[in-house]
Amino acid sequence: MKSTLFNMVAVLFTITLIASAGVGAVNMITEEPIAAAKAAATTAAVANVLPEFEQNQMAEQEIDGLPIKVYTATNGGEVVGYAVETMTKSGFGGAIRMMVGFLPEGKIYNVNVLEQAETPGLGTKMCDEGNALISSIKDKDATSLEFKVKKDGGELDALTAATISSRAYYDAVARAKEAYLVASGKQQWADGVSGATTTETNEGEGAQEGGKDE
Amino acid sequence: MRAKELRKEAKMNKLQIVLSGIIKNNPTFVLVLGMCPTLGTTTSAINGMGMGVATMAVLIMSNLVISLIKNFIPDKVRIPAFIVVIASFVTIIQMLMQAYLPSLYASLGVFIPLIVVNCIILGRAEAFASKNGALDSILDGVGIGIGFTLSLTAIGAVREVLGSGAIFGYSLGISDYMPLVFVLAPGAFLVLGYLMVLFNKLAKK
Repeated sequence: MKSTLFNMVAVLFTITLIASAGVGAVNMITEEPIAAAKAAATTAAVANVLPEFEQNQMAEQEIDGLPIKVYTATNGGEVVGYAVETMTKSGFGGAIRMMVGFLPEGKIYNVNVLEQAETPGLGTKMCDEGNALISSIKDKDATSLEFKVKKDGGELDALTAATISSRAYYDAVARAKEAYLVASGKQQWADGVSGATTTETNEGEGAQEGGKDE
Repeated sequence: MRAKELRKEAKMNKLQIVLSGIIKNNPTFVLVLGMCPTLGTTTSAINGMGMGVATMAVLIMSNLVISLIKNFIPDKVRIPAFIVVIASFVTIIQMLMQAYLPSLYASLGVFIPLIVVNCIILGRAEAFASKNGALDSILDGVGIGIGFTLSLTAIGAVREVLGSGAIFGYSLGISDYMPLVFVLAPGAFLVLGYLMVLFNKLAKK
């Protein structure tokens, strides 16, 4: 078709109008299912790293400029654990997002990698069951652990030939520990980095725990 | 009698359109289009296949629509018009998948936005769909899509076996002895190059 100023403007306008109407319509239809699917995925991820629970509530805090979400899981008003959605930016392939589950007294219950872009066959082993990283921190008391690989003078195992990925993994777990300390009200004797944003959460948790003790 | 022969010939042509996309006009090994997603996503066989299938879906849809609206588009603005069509389809497919197939989206989601910049789709819109009818354009999308999927799966499988000693995620138990370089970027170029030689050698016969 021969191009004139009029038909070029008219055709492009029509096409973009139809396309944006189509995209908008699909967005309206899918908005709710997408939100539901995301919520279901989060619940599944939380359930994966904690013992059984009935309800969970979410609080967000910022540590080192990264958003960290803490899900407090309760069973009949009693806190059964904290699932911390943590992340690090120092992976070999960029950001790594993980869910770390803590029992109320500080034991690491389970760790699940949600999103990573590590080298296949090396860093991706962090997602495998029972890999060196998870087995060196699972069921250990997070409050007394130093999250350092052996190469850096720590005591934790690293993945073979994937030291950078391993460091990043422990970096994320260490950040999760910070968030757990704040959420569980043990923050008094940890250095308060981001206390202001989480005061409310603290009180909420404190009240819940108080209720349990009574 | 004559009409029957003509119909038979037309049928042959339809099949040829599909086959040409797989062999004679194979997008990866012959046309050498879409190298960015090819090199980037083929770290394993399943990743290559995922990218191929997602691309095929968009390609078929965009070929169909472009062949239908080709007569209304002024020549000078055809490229922006095609890109708007392609980008809309990619966005729609992404949203639908995220809403109704969340588990599939979890494994393929990262590749989908990449499809917009895949020049195979724009290339087929320009070279085929804007000159042919709706049915032929769909068949071209199917053929090129299958060709792209097979090529990426082959590259991904070779890289996965050589680099991490596994195939489709199943470990072959030899991962400790394999040269990791095949999973990294340089290995992508090596595997692509050698497979390209092999493919063209076999296709010529």
